[in-house]
Amino acid sequence: MPYPEMMVKPMREEVTRLGVEELRSVGDVDAAMANSTGTALVFVNSVCGCAAGMARPALARALQHGVRPAHLYTVFAGQDLDATARVRSYFGEFQPSSPSVALLKDGEVVAFVHRHQIEGRHPDQIAAALTQAFDAHCA
Amino acid sequence: MSGHVFHPGHDELHGVTVVVSTHDGRTYLGRWHERGTRGVVMHDVAIHDPAAMPAPLDAWLAKQHKFGVAATAKLVVVQERDVASVRPFSEEP
Repeated sequence: MPYPEMMVKPMREEVTRLGVEELRSVGDVDAAMANSTGTALVFVNSVCGCAAGMARPALARALQHGVRPAHLYTVFAGQDLDATARVRSYFGEFQPSSPSVALLKDGEVVAFVHRHQIEGRHPDQIAAALTQAFDAHCA
Repeated sequence: MSGHVFHPGHDELHGVTVVVSTHDGRTYLGRWHERGTRGVVMHDVAIHDPAAMPAPLDAWLAKQHKFGVAATAKLVVVQERDVASVRPFSEEP
């Protein structure tokens, strides 16, 4: 069941203020994916304080890196249910988790940071995993 | 850190993806909820049963690590007497 929007709004804005486009509907997702030639990052946001509270600052740090994906998107798991389900349909055999981060290249997932790779880690460690993927696939 | 914790009062493993091994050889991989009178309560759980699955545990865990937890059960309660070990999935080699 979704949380009240007033509780979630700051978590959305923590990501969108980085220049990440939020996808709120199935139409938003399909349009974004159709226009995502090259590299695209999808940040699956979450209310979970212990994991998403690390993932959002990690994303902010990673996006300060010199090499970054051409397109930046986010969906909010548990809040925008249809959009989240739709974007996960583009992730192939990668299982759903939130928070998580997918990096796609020409529509194919080339790197994925799962929730279990976020839990218990400092944002710097998570950011390092992301920038390593950026260097490998976005340069 | 940013964000809000919506689940105060739980133990330190709450919400963490853990590997629970049992004395009968099964392995449960999922999000820890709590350890209480019912046993270990987990959400979104993938289960490795060596009697029913051809893949060795190491290979199965490696696949879950790469592609994510392929949960087959929304909720699992592992009886306390059956629990052999608990470890965070992030600490798996």
